[in-house]
Amino acid sequence: MKEKVRIASGQGFWGDLQSAPIDQVTKGPIDYLVMDFLAEVTMSIMQKQRKRNPDLGYARDLVTIVDQILPYCVKHNIKIITNGGGANPKACSEAIRRGAQKKGITGFKIGTVLGDDILDRITEFRRGGIGLDNMDSGESIDSVGAKLLSANVYFGAMPIVKALQDGAQIVITGRTTDTGLTLAPMMYEFGWHQEEWDKLASGTVAGHILECGGQASGGNFSADWRAVPDLAHIGFPIAEAYPSGDFVITKHPHTGGMVTAQTVKEQLLYEIGDPTRYITPDVIADFTTIQIDQEGMDRVKVFGVQGRPTTDLYKVSMSYHDGYAAFGTLTFSWPDALPKARAADEILRTRLRDAGLAFEEIRSEFLGLDSCHGPLAKTSGEINEVVLRIGVRSHSHADVERFGRELAPLILTGPPGVTGFAGGRPKPSEVISYWPALIPKRVVTPEVFVNEV
Amino acid sequence: MRIQLRQICHARSGDKGDTGNVGLIALRKEFYPVIVKYVTAERVKDHFAGIVLGRVERFELPNLWALNFLLHEALGGGGTKSLKNDAQGKTLGAALLRMELEIEEEMEL
Repeated sequence: MKEKVRIASGQGFWGDLQSAPIDQVTKGPIDYLVMDFLAEVTMSIMQKQRKRNPDLGYARDLVTIVDQILPYCVKHNIKIITNGGGANPKACSEAIRRGAQKKGITGFKIGTVLGDDILDRITEFRRGGIGLDNMDSGESIDSVGAKLLSANVYFGAMPIVKALQDGAQIVITGRTTDTGLTLAPMMYEFGWHQEEWDKLASGTVAGHILECGGQASGGNFSADWRAVPDLAHIGFPIAEAYPSGDFVITKHPHTGGMVTAQTVKEQLLYEIGDPTRYITPDVIADFTTIQIDQEGMDRVKVFGVQGRPTTDLYKVSMSYHDGYAAFGTLTFSWPDALPKARAADEILRTRLRDAGLAFEEIRSEFLGLDSCHGPLAKTSGEINEVVLRIGVRSHSHADVERFGRELAPLILTGPPGVTGFAGGRPKPSEVISYWPALIPKRVVTPEVFVNEV
Repeated sequence: MRIQLRQICHARSGDKGDTGNVGLIALRKEFYPVIVKYVTAERVKDHFAGIVLGRVERFELPNLWALNFLLHEALGGGGTKSLKNDAQGKTLGAALLRMELEIEEEMEL
């Protein structure tokens, strides 16, 4: 058994810094590179890409990244674990295999985790008496029906552990929990079994700290943001994990950013609910038991984490078509920037009303004034310029498109001093709503395939 | 004494559907009892009048000197449905740090 395992975060979301994974494998020793690509609505976007082309539907950025780092990873035996397979892990693994063969890199294994996609099984489940009600609102799934775009079960660490046991150097999954990506290599390397709840909870907490990339190492840091050095070259966080479950969050030397008790705390609090019940398919972690200690520069020790048995349910992330939206902006300059912007907003709303358009919501915000803090925003005196940002939402595509045509005329037929309309007409974009649900674990089985390249 | 929350705390916020979360963290250990005492769920709900349409839940994490708030119905429907510029609630943390408190305790800031 290894004395310690170094797990490095390479991406915090689909579209994160392209240089980060390269820095992680080249700027210091690591054993694993984990990359999270999936946010709540990401799967629906990928599912659509797959519908248009059955060979797509995964994070194509991932293939580019792996292409660049694979020679190095194979040489230094760095394993890659990622959920960037999205809605089509099989095609993603295939693309990576082709890329490797083209470069003449062979003699390694790719693991692929399938089975999370249950879109085609919804009717079967409903017939079998499985509810899939919205776990937030309690609504029945029948109200969404044919508008469903994607439905994926959140798997945990176990399928990845299986792939690692079968010798995979790269593991590509679909909808795996962000935390499972980090927990899996700890379970595999240290031989933790599925009932060592405190250790699983600790690995889960490590995963939560790593899952947003640079957000744990000085990015988006609210306390003393000016004190964060060299964000241009930010080093992404690394978990140095030990068999006991304790771990140290650190980063490579000679990189920017910083790892302090405060940067780690901010990330621990990010997007959590009841801290005593952080529920994953692997364990329920209690965040109120986490102890942290800054043991050196850019080294924060995390220990004492407790966990308890998880539930017999998987979370399901579903998404459905929910109409269209469009956004437009116009910039108003001094003098009277704000009154002019408010007047233009009124004129536009009158024209939309006169045209008989049916919107579920029209929202006007004044960028530079109140778009972030609404009524809490305070202004003293006259502002130099302001951007009117107006958004509409409707189930009628035609009405949303018509809104796009009503914006530009304000330049010549509204208050004076308007500019900033270089982007053209606002175009309708599809509104995708999120439907979280629960499903018994017994009816969904992860499938793990490991193939030699 | 009168203080603004930003003098004694830092914060990070994010989203889960239409619910925003704000992690409010005391800058020093001695500030934690102060936020526990004064920054109640009711007070946060009042602070966010017109922004948070649903209820506010509060959870305590003394180990991190932190409180976690869930702000329900705060994001205009959440996800891609929201017409807000800040549809993911990224700036709700800073908005909470605007809160001003009149406290009985005398503290060095």
